[in-house]
Amino acid sequence: MDNLVEIQDVTFGYNERPILKGINLTARRGQVIAIMGSSGCGKTTLLRLIGGQIKPNSGSVHVAGQNVGELDTAGLYELRRKMGMLFQFGALFTDMSVFDNIAFQMREHTRLPEEIIRDLVLMKLHAVGLRGAADLMPSELSGGMARRVALARSIALEPSLVMYDEPFAGLDPISLGVIGNLIRRLTDTLGLTSIVVTHDVQESLKIVDYVYFVSAGVIEAEGTPEEIRRSGLPFVHQFVHGEPDGPVPFHYPARSYAEDLRLGS
Amino acid sequence: MIAPLRLVARLGRRTLQAVARIGLATRFFFATLLHSGTAFRRFGLIIREIYSAGVLSLIIILVSGLFVGMVLGLQGFETLQTYGSESALGVLVALSLVRELGPVVAALLFASRAGSAITAEIGLMKATEQLAAMEMMAVDPVARVVAPRFWAGVLSMPLLAALFSAMGIFGGYLVGVVLIGVDEGSFWSQMQAQVDFEEDILNGVIKSVVFGVAITAIALFEGYDAPPTAEGVSRATTRTVVTSSLVILALDFVLTAFMFRGVS
Repeated sequence: MDNLVEIQDVTFGYNERPILKGINLTARRGQVIAIMGSSGCGKTTLLRLIGGQIKPNSGSVHVAGQNVGELDTAGLYELRRKMGMLFQFGALFTDMSVFDNIAFQMREHTRLPEEIIRDLVLMKLHAVGLRGAADLMPSELSGGMARRVALARSIALEPSLVMYDEPFAGLDPISLGVIGNLIRRLTDTLGLTSIVVTHDVQESLKIVDYVYFVSAGVIEAEGTPEEIRRSGLPFVHQFVHGEPDGPVPFHYPARSYAEDLRLGS
Repeated sequence: MIAPLRLVARLGRRTLQAVARIGLATRFFFATLLHSGTAFRRFGLIIREIYSAGVLSLIIILVSGLFVGMVLGLQGFETLQTYGSESALGVLVALSLVRELGPVVAALLFASRAGSAITAEIGLMKATEQLAAMEMMAVDPVARVVAPRFWAGVLSMPLLAALFSAMGIFGGYLVGVVLIGVDEGSFWSQMQAQVDFEEDILNGVIKSVVFGVAITAIALFEGYDAPPTAEGVSRATTRTVVTSSLVILALDFVLTAFMFRGVS
């Protein structure tokens, strides 16, 4: 089977407020795909659907051939052992050292002896260039370092799918490039499939194989980075070139300006 | 909608919300009990939490116990002297402490020292997505984070209350015997004769266990249920202290009514 993740016609919303409307999306094994869109368009919700933290109102989410929405808790936890997730600000356990953060899943899910765990943890840390930081606490790390530790933690049990929630948010240009390269390199060397949710166009177009553009709960456009760069669609053009006004308006919907200022009454 | 009707509607909504929250808290409590297996299999997890909830509360418990006992010594002597029965000072101090003040005051201190810390910690773990991260790693946060803290609180509370009472009796001794000069022999011997193990000490222990369950359950639920914002966590922390203090006092009345009915 070539597709690790298949999302078919998924609709999701809280109460009457729809967040996602009829989403179709696939991630092939070995690919890095990006889900892009402006803040609050439902990108993170998509990740939570794939991870089974929420269930779709209609449609289906398949991961590795299993329908995520229909799994019971045990099945879901079993499936999640094959998933890694990098949270927006790392979500490192603040009461544990960097080492213990990465060893956490190994200690919880395996019966590996401590010496082997130690070697594995140091290897993961080495992969993200932070072997020397093993004994630091998360509060002693910079934003970029914390993100790298979290990245090492998300691949701790060698998952087949890794999801990244805004991995570039709030990073300096150097860290940005480092994280981008790591995502690409780890995907290729470990044979992962990566789904990156981001609004950082330039950085992610450099590293991904395929892009989905989400706006107001629907997929507005999709394609390879090259196709996206050349896209004539007004929304994609506005997004890729960072124009303040366009199909995505600058102003939040409101009454007319004149009316609000009580002019002419 | 006319004004009085709106008032009724709001009252109804508030009531429904409150009832729903109690329901949620009860489910959470049973989920904690149900997922306690891991905590007991890996007792180290509980020990770690006993350190942060219990051991770190020791200073405030011991110092408060000492002062409460010293005040009891002074006040008790004043009153007993009027009836010429200063020799009963030891009994008065000991009974007040093991029956009431030990469990209740230690629980109030525990709620504000450890309960608030638990709520803030869990609330912040939630706000920084640490709990979500744990779920995504296929580790149940109720089993790994909540249950160990719960049992640590339940085990710490009676020990802290006992230490509070012991310190208090020592404080009463300092003031009564050392400072004022009540006869040392009658201070201790009357205490020994009058304080009953089952009626007094055991009932005090039962009280503090119940308080421990209540405080920790409230603190954990408030943290777990806190909106993941700075304001949400700070409100949840306040609510933990207020709610558990009220619950302690209410429970104390109920328990006392059952335990010491007809005890001379």
